[in-house]
Order: sequence, then C-alpha cells, then structure tokens
Amino acid sequence: MSTIAGTKSRLTWAVHISTLLLVLLWIFPTFGLLVSSFRTADQISSSGWWKAMYASEQNIVVRIADPDDFRVADGDGYVVSGNLFGDDTGVEISNWGTSSRAIDAHEAGETADLGEGETLRLLANGDYIWSGNDDQISGRAQRVFATAKTPPDFTLENYDQVLLSGNATDSIAKAFFNTLTVTIPATIIPIVVAAFAAYALAWMQFPGRAILVAIIVGLLVVPLQLALIPLLKLHLGIGIGKGYLGVWLAHTGFGLPLAIYLLRNYMVGLPKDIIENARVDGATDYQIFTRIVLPLSFPALASFAIFQFLWVWNDLLVARVFLIDATGETTVMTQQIVELLGTRGGNWEILSTAAFVSIAVPLVVFFSLQRYLVRGLLAGSVK
Amino acid sequence: MHPFVLGLVTIAIGVSGCLAYFSLSNLILDKVIFPQRPGDRGRNINRANAVRPWLFLFPAIFALGLYLGYPVFETLRLSLTDRDAGGAFVGLANYQQMMAEEKFWEALRNNMLWLIVVPAASTAFGLLAAQLTDRLPWGNIAKSIIFMPMAISFVGASVIFKLVYDTRPVEQDQIGVVNAIWLHLDGGIGSFIVLRLLPAFLMLAFAAMIAYAIKGLIAQLRNPHSQDGFGIKALRVAAGVVGLWVIVKCLLTVINIFTVTNTYGEPQTWLTIPFWNSFFLMIVLIWIQTGFAMVILSAALRGVPEETVEAAIVDGANPFEVFFKIKVPQIRGTIVVVWTTITLVVLKIFDIVFAMTNGQWGTQVLANYMIDKLFRANDWGVGSASAIAIMVLVSPILIWNVTNARQEMRDQQ
Repeated sequence: MSTIAGTKSRLTWAVHISTLLLVLLWIFPTFGLLVSSFRTADQISSSGWWKAMYASEQNIVVRIADPDDFRVADGDGYVVSGNLFGDDTGVEISNWGTSSRAIDAHEAGETADLGEGETLRLLANGDYIWSGNDDQISGRAQRVFATAKTPPDFTLENYDQVLLSGNATDSIAKAFFNTLTVTIPATIIPIVVAAFAAYALAWMQFPGRAILVAIIVGLLVVPLQLALIPLLKLHLGIGIGKGYLGVWLAHTGFGLPLAIYLLRNYMVGLPKDIIENARVDGATDYQIFTRIVLPLSFPALASFAIFQFLWVWNDLLVARVFLIDATGETTVMTQQIVELLGTRGGNWEILSTAAFVSIAVPLVVFFSLQRYLVRGLLAGSVK
Repeated sequence: MHPFVLGLVTIAIGVSGCLAYFSLSNLILDKVIFPQRPGDRGRNINRANAVRPWLFLFPAIFALGLYLGYPVFETLRLSLTDRDAGGAFVGLANYQQMMAEEKFWEALRNNMLWLIVVPAASTAFGLLAAQLTDRLPWGNIAKSIIFMPMAISFVGASVIFKLVYDTRPVEQDQIGVVNAIWLHLDGGIGSFIVLRLLPAFLMLAFAAMIAYAIKGLIAQLRNPHSQDGFGIKALRVAAGVVGLWVIVKCLLTVINIFTVTNTYGEPQTWLTIPFWNSFFLMIVLIWIQTGFAMVILSAALRGVPEETVEAAIVDGANPFEVFFKIKVPQIRGTIVVVWTTITLVVLKIFDIVFAMTNGQWGTQVLANYMIDKLFRANDWGVGSASAIAIMVLVSPILIWNVTNARQEMRDQQ
C-alpha cells in the first residue's frame, strides 16, 4: 500500500509543478508589458524587463559642468568639481574614458592624465575633479564616457505622458473616451432589443418559431467580414456616414444573434409554473416579461453585457470601417495602438503603457465579473 | 455636443425608444386594433396573441435582416460586379482575378495552417489545464490566470508578443525574451533540449493526438449501429485523410528538427522568418484561446460521472488511463464544440496579423487580405469575392450548427 501512496503524492507534486509552470508561462508575457510600462525608456532599451529588479549596465555620455561658469581657482590653476549625475543617484560607474574610441580606459577612482598637467578624476558614484591651467579649464567642457550600473528605477512618467500630457501622437486620453463612447451604447441597446425577442422565442407560441431559432443559430457564425462593404455602402447612402451612430448600429446588429441566443437559452430554462400561474392570473405577456422574466434573467443579461463590452472595447475592425474617418478625431484605442506600433515601434515605454491602459479596463471587468462570463460561455457552447 | 454626452443621450433615446415601442405597440394592439368588446372578446384576444410575438420580434428581426441577412446577398452580388464600371455585372471575373493573385493563395494556405494548428493546440492546452487544475486547492486562481488573456484585445496581445519577439542588434542586450533565450542557449545541452527535444516532443504529442482522433473516427465508421447518413460518413473519411496527412507532416518536421542547423549567436527577427513566422503569430491566438477551451472543458470534466472513474480505478487503471480512456471519451462532444468554436475565431482572424506583420513576409490571411483589398486597393469586387471565400469556409460549421439546433428544438418538444 505504501508504494501506491508514494506514487500518488509524487503525482500530486508533478501536478502542482506543471500547473505552476503553465500558469507562469501564461502570465509571463502580460507581466512583462506591465513591468515595462513602469520603466524609463533608457532602462527598457538597456536590459530585458525580467532584469528590472537588478541594476542595469549602461553606457552613458555626459559633459561635465561648463568651466566658464563653474571653475574655481586652486593654487595657480583651476578646478571644476561636481557630480556627473547632478547628485548622488545610486549609479555606480565601473569603467570610464574621455574619448569615444576608448570608453573604458580607466577604472572608477583613477585619475586620468589628459596631458600637460590637465587631469580628471572620476569616482564610482559620479563625483569628478577636473583640474588644469587657465587655458585647459575653459571653452568646451570635457566629455566623459562611462559604463555605469544604474539601480532599478520605476517611474509613473510613462502614464503621465500617455494619459495626461495631451501630446498629439502619444496621448491616448481622447481615444480612451472615444472607446468608452462607442462601448456603452453598443452594449446596452442590443440587450433591450434582444431581451424582447428572446422572450418571444422562448415563451410565446407562434408558427415559424423553430425556424427563427435555427436562423439565429446560423447567423451566429456568419463572418463579420461579409457585412462590411454592403453596410458601409448603406451608411454612406442614407447619410449616416462614418461616425458614432453608424458604429453603434453596427455593433447592435452584430451582437444581436449572440444576445438572443444566450437570453433565449436561459429563459427557456426558467420554471414553467411561475409563468403559467401568472398567465392564469390574467397577466399579459408584456407584464410577464417585464415583471417576471426580465428580473429572473439577470445572470444571462449580465453574461451577455460582459461579452459585448469586451468585444466592443477590444474591437478594431468594426471601428475602422464604420467609425474612424480621415480626420482621426474619432479614433479608438485599438486603432491608436496600431498606429503607435507603426510610428513609435521602438519606443516601448510609450507602447507598453498605452497597451496596458487599453487592456486595464477589460481586465478589471474580467476579474470582477468572471463568474458571469464563465456562466455565459457555458450557456453559449455546452448544452 | 461632446460625443460622450451624445452617447448618453443615445442610450436614453435608444432604451426609452425601445421600451416605448414595446409598451405602446402592445397597448395599441389591445385597445385599438383588437379591442376587447363584449361581443367578440375571445376572438380578439386570440387574434392579438397571434400578432404579439411579431411585435416583440420585429426590432430584432429588422436589425438582423439589415445588418446580417441583407449583407450576405449584397456581398454575393457585389462580388459579381465591377465598381469602376458603374456596378456592371462581370460574372466571375473578380474571382478569376483573385485566383490569379499569389497573395490570395498565400492567404488561403496560411488560413489552412492556422485552421489545423490553433484549434488543436488550444484545445490540447485547454484540456491539459482543465485536468491539471481540476482537484488543485489553488486551481481557481490558476484558471483565472490562464483564462485572463480572453479579456485582452487582439491588438493588446499583439503588442505584448511584439515585446516577446523583439530583436536588438547583437552587441546590445536583448529585451525580447525569445531572443534572450536564443542567445543564452547558443549551442550546448540547453539548446538541444529546448530547440530539438521539446519541439520534437510537442510535434509527436500532436501527431499522437491526431492519431487518437482518427482511431475514434474509425471506431465510429465501423460501428454497425451508427445511423449517420452518407454525407457524415464521407466527412469522417475526409477528416481521417487530412489527419493522416497532418501526421506525416508532423513526422517529417520531427526529422527536420533534428537535422536543421541553427544560426546560434545571432539575434533573430522572428516575424520575418519565412513559414515559421506564421507560427509565431499563431502562438498569440493559442495563448488567448486556451483559457476559453479550459473553462468549457473543465466544466465538462466536472460533469463526468464519478462512478465511471471510481470503477476504472478499482479495475487498476492508472491516472493516464483514467484520463484518456474514461474521461476524454465521455467529453468528446464538448471537445468538438470547443474545437469548432475556436475554428470559427480562426477563420475570421484579422487583428493579430494586421497589427504584427500586416501580411508581410508571407503571413497573409484571408480576413486581412480582404481588408487590404477593401481599403488599400479600393477594390470592392475582389474584396467581396474574398469575403465570400471566408463564408464558404465557414458554411460547413454553419450547417452543422443549424442541424444540431433543429435537432435540439425537436427534442425539447
């Protein structure tokens, strides 16, 4: 018996470890984006984000303080002293040099002989003393090339730049509100329309009901791509053009099959007795629907609302076709991030922050309402 | 007016408009058209009840017809006309033009590749995650994390994975994790494990999975009690042949994995490597869809009757046998549903390719090809033709879904 128990516990450990690996693998990419959004541009480009907690090694070029303003007499010569980084920032210099051809000629703490009595001494923390005669300590300041270890540094500047700066290309504040403007009506209106239809398909008897349900199941899988050209033509033709109204209508239309399907499946499962009793007591269908079925269907309504919210918030295609015109005033976040990928493809501090802002809202919705989302998924695909 | 205010006003107008429509139309129906006067009370109630469902359904049917029904036929019509020639009927010219383009065939080939890899991998990973987290004390947290990418937009996921695949010149520190690992391995035992053994293992596991599915197909074909029609049988045989072909491909790839010489020491631009770059894009979708598969399959696994599992354990089955021979066969129906649902997502995949490569370096897919025709080339004819191509690929699933739904409606009655 003991051997069986032994294998069992070993297997349990294997399950724990493989689940942990899988979870880490799955969260690793997103976590990288989150960490990157709090790092400075220099830090991001000098080391991988997984090294964010360690000091990163960078090559920096700094010109020391202007001798004409800062030099002080020292015996028969002059001296300029100070710190390369303004004050002590925790940066640690390992090697340095005074020419771009030999950037690690000296170690920290060494004194470099710059010829004819001119010297430069640089300490590991960036303190320097530059001394020489009147002629040498004047004009352009000496340049210093240093290999320095920068301590981990996290900043909120990227979020400031992306959300509050008002910078024309980087700020996604406007796109954020545009996305919100698209999303809220496009989530609420289909629910109202679909709820009535779902009730009719679930609890009213009429010829052709089965066929209608079958048609809606069919429409569930009709690719959106099919609808783009004809509807754009229609919108342009009847004068809606490209704009919010068009995109609200489009999302309503495209969201309806799933809404009706989910709500109908849920309503069919409601207890028959309640509805029959209400009918016997003389309630009309309209009363049964608004007073009994609708309140009872809240979980299904919530499920669909989350689906539609996530779908509209994350959508790029429908917004590009029906909303965003040449002025770009109505751009949404997904579109702006795609544009940032083009214009600022290498600026990961902006890109990762913008992307994180755009996925933060769905993630909040996801984690707070996950229960309803799972329920909706199960109702939509498993029977 | 600020658009956001406009949005709120629209919600108010839209919602109250809908409610007003429903209540007023009901009122008119009961009081004006079919009033309940003493004489014909019963007849009028019946008449009103016959009309009422259509009042409830009208807005939905109208919107569905206009936004999904009409476009199907209009797209079909547009694909047979030429916009530049004033919408003249040109027969199949657009299709001929499309078929003559290398990019279309590239898109179709890539779509097929996506269609095989993504649903299979997502379902397999989802099943694995569902089984692993099933009895775990912290299983719900693990599930939440694996499920989380479902909430992330395709565009957001593209940015996330662009960072993963990022490439820096060789003398700089790599900030993309894949290149960092690649440079770190640089030959040696680690690279043998990660670049040869692991992919070979995944390929063999994939081949084994397909073989397992084919075994199931054959068993159903040979089942004398099966009541499947000829069409279903033909579909099964076709799926089996495709599966065999995939297995052969997998085995060839395994050989390839062990013979290919890798260029170590050089950071790779992963998204420009021909053929393999499509797989790097697929990983993004697999990452997203695995959570979906896991949630559904996990619920199905919970539904497997405990007695069957216990009986198998009493008979001496080991955990793997319990999983593959007892649990998986019982949730086969759910696996098929998950597989087809992910297949539908794959067929319409657009955002990931658009944001990461925009179809360059041989990664084009049909949906992006269509948008490209529509907005870049401004060619509505060929654009519509490619939309119809997507529709044709979707239609087997559409027919299957509708058949199932009708079956279910009949069962309910």
